[in-house]
Amino acid sequence: MRLHELPMNRPATIAAIAWGDLRETDARRLRELGFDEGVSVEKLHQAPLGRDPLAVRVGRMTVAIRRAHAAAVSVEVAA
Amino acid sequence: MVAVVGNPNAGKSALFNALTGARQKVGNYPGVTVERHSGRLWLPDGRPVELVDLPGAYSLDPSSPDEAVTRDVVTGAQAGEALPDALIVVIDAANLDNHLRFTLQLIALGLPVVVALNMVDLATRDGLEIDPAILARALGVPVIPTIAVRKRGIDDLKEAVGRIVAGENIRVIAPGHGDPVDAFDMMLHQRRAREIAALAIVAEKPARQWTRRVDAVVLNPVAGPLILAALLFVMFQAVFSWSAAPVALIEGLQGWLSEGASALLPEGVVRSFFVDGVINGVGSVVVFLPQILILFLFILILEATGYMTRAAFLMDRLMARVGLSGSSFIPLLSSFACAIPGIMATRTIDDPKDRLTTILIAPLMTCSARLPVYAIIIAAFIPNDSVGPGIGLQGLVLFGLYVAGIAGALLAALVLRRTVAKGAAGSFMMEMPKYQLPTLRDIAIGLWIRAWIFLKRAGTIIFFTTIILWALLSFPQKPAEVPGTQSEYSVAGTISEGLHVIVAPIGFSQDIALALIPAMAAREVAVSALATTYAIDQSDEALVEQSLGERLQSRWSLPTALAFLAWFVFAPQCLSTIAVTRRETNGWRWPMFMLGYLFALAYLAAGATYWTATALGL
Repeated sequence: MRLHELPMNRPATIAAIAWGDLRETDARRLRELGFDEGVSVEKLHQAPLGRDPLAVRVGRMTVAIRRAHAAAVSVEVAA
Repeated sequence: MVAVVGNPNAGKSALFNALTGARQKVGNYPGVTVERHSGRLWLPDGRPVELVDLPGAYSLDPSSPDEAVTRDVVTGAQAGEALPDALIVVIDAANLDNHLRFTLQLIALGLPVVVALNMVDLATRDGLEIDPAILARALGVPVIPTIAVRKRGIDDLKEAVGRIVAGENIRVIAPGHGDPVDAFDMMLHQRRAREIAALAIVAEKPARQWTRRVDAVVLNPVAGPLILAALLFVMFQAVFSWSAAPVALIEGLQGWLSEGASALLPEGVVRSFFVDGVINGVGSVVVFLPQILILFLFILILEATGYMTRAAFLMDRLMARVGLSGSSFIPLLSSFACAIPGIMATRTIDDPKDRLTTILIAPLMTCSARLPVYAIIIAAFIPNDSVGPGIGLQGLVLFGLYVAGIAGALLAALVLRRTVAKGAAGSFMMEMPKYQLPTLRDIAIGLWIRAWIFLKRAGTIIFFTTIILWALLSFPQKPAEVPGTQSEYSVAGTISEGLHVIVAPIGFSQDIALALIPAMAAREVAVSALATTYAIDQSDEALVEQSLGERLQSRWSLPTALAFLAWFVFAPQCLSTIAVTRRETNGWRWPMFMLGYLFALAYLAAGATYWTATALGL
C-alpha cells in the first residue's frame, strides 16, 4: 500500500521509497524531514479541498506533504 | 564569535533571546537579505562574546537560500563573516532522531560544539525521558538541558560556552568512533542519529498529546477553514479598532508640536520648513505605527504558536490552483504588514519558480504603507453610511481594496506561472511544529525590532524626501503679481507638468502627479506630499485650519479620488521593495520587470476606474 492510500490514524511502517520517482529537491527534503525505510508513519489529517495535502506523522514529527509525493512512499500496516 | 545553529523549530531564537537579552542588533548578511541577528553574550567570567543567530536548516545540503547562509557561515564560506569560534547546536528534545542528524553533521565539521537539549519540558509532556549524559557520551560533546522560553539551563549553557571558547578540550571521545566522518554524508548521519536517539531515550510512555487534540479541531475539514477565516477577520478588524486611541494620541502630540513650533518661530521660510515640512510630513506617517504594530503582533503570535504552518496546510490546495503552494501563504500574509519582510520570508520556499512568483506578487498584498493613503481618501470621499448591521460603507470600500489586491495577486500568479516563471508544479513539504504558548518577551522583542525599523525609515527616507519636496515646492518663491499657486510656480511644479501629461487621461491632477514623484520612495509619502503641497499653497489664514481631508474634498472630484485608490492597489511605489527584490533575485532584471508590470496594471486600473466613474456620473 502507498502512503496516500493508508487509512487515517492507522500506524504503519515505511517499506520502501521510490526515490527515483521524485525530483531531486523533493527527495532531499523528504529525507530531511525523516522519511526513511523502517520509520513509522501515520496519516493524521487531510486538507478540506480534494483531501490534499496530507498531515502525516513520521517518527515523532508531523509533516505536511502532497498526495503526489506521498504516492512515492510504500508502507506496510503493522500487523 | 559563537553561532547558534539548529533545525527549524528547535527554539533557536528563544534561546538566543534568553542568552543575549535586549542587546540585539539586526542587520543583513552581505549580499543576501537573510536577517543577521547578533547580540552580546556575557560569559560567567565577565567576558563578552558576540552571538549570532543563524537561520534554521535541516542539513548542510541546503535546499533553500536561507539554509545556504547557515552552511556558508559554519564552513567559513560566508563573505563578511569569520568562521565561528564555537557552535551552540540547539535541538528539540522531543524530536531527537531528526535533529541529531544535523547535530552530527555539525560536529563532524570539527568546530567546538555545545549542544543545548532544548524544550525538555515539552518532551516530558510527550512522555519522553532523555538521559543527557548518554547523549553527551554518544555525541562526544557537552549536552546541556534547557527550556529557553523559561530561561532554564541558561547559566549552565553560558558556563559550557565559556569553557569551549577558552579552548578547553571537553570532547569526551572523538565522534564517529575515531573515524574521520564526511560531514556531508546524510544517510550515514541519519542512521547514526536514530541509533543515538534510541540509546538516549531511556523511557517512553504514552502521554497526552496536546498538539494532536488541537489539530483535530484546527485542521478539521469544516471547522479549520472557518477558524482561519475568523482569525484573519479579527486580525484586520483589530488593526483599525485597536489603533484608534494610540493614533489619536500621536495626532495630539503632532498638533501640540506644530502649535508650539508656530508660536516659537517667526512667520517665513524657517517656520514653514519645520511645521509644513518636518512635523506634518513625518508626523503624517508616524501616525500609522500603531496599526503596523498591531498587524505584526498578530503575525508574530501566529508564527510563535505554530499555527502559521497549519494555515499554510489549509491554503495549499487553493494556492496550487494558481501554480503556487502553501509555502507561499506565509510570506504573502506577512506582506500585508510590509512587503519587505514578506519578500525576505520567501527564502524558505524551496522551488525557485515558486519563490520568484511569490516575490513578484508580494507587493500586491495591501501593505501597511498603503493604509495612510487609503485612510485619508476614504475618510474624505466615502460617506460614513451604514450598509448593514455593523458594516459601514467606508469599511466596505477598504475591504474591497484589500480584495482587489488579493485578486490581482492571484491573477498575476496564474499568468506569471504560465509565462515568465514557467516550470513544473511546485511541491509542499513542511514540518508542522508542536503548539507552544508564545512568550511575552519574545513577542515584545520582535515588535520592538519592527517598530525600530519603521521609525528609522520614517526618520530617514521619509524625512529626507519630505524635506526635498518641501524645498522643491517652496522655491523659487512666486511673486505676488504672478497668477496661480506657489506649487505650480515652483521647481516641483515644472517637473510635475511633464508627468501630468501622462497621468491626465486617468483623471489625475497636476498636484497628484507632483505627489506621485516623492511617493516613489514610499507610498505613505503621497499623503505627506499632498499635505505639504496644500499647506504651502494655503495663504488664506481662514483656510489654514482646514484638515488635509477637507482640502482634498474641495479640490478633487470623486472619480479622481477613486482612481487614486485604484492606482495605489497596484503601483509599486516603494524603493525598499525594489531594492530587496534586486538583492533577492540577484540583479536588476526582475525588479525592472516588477516595476513595469505593476505600473501598467496601476495605470489600467486607475484609468478603468476613472472612466467608469465618470460615465456613471459620480
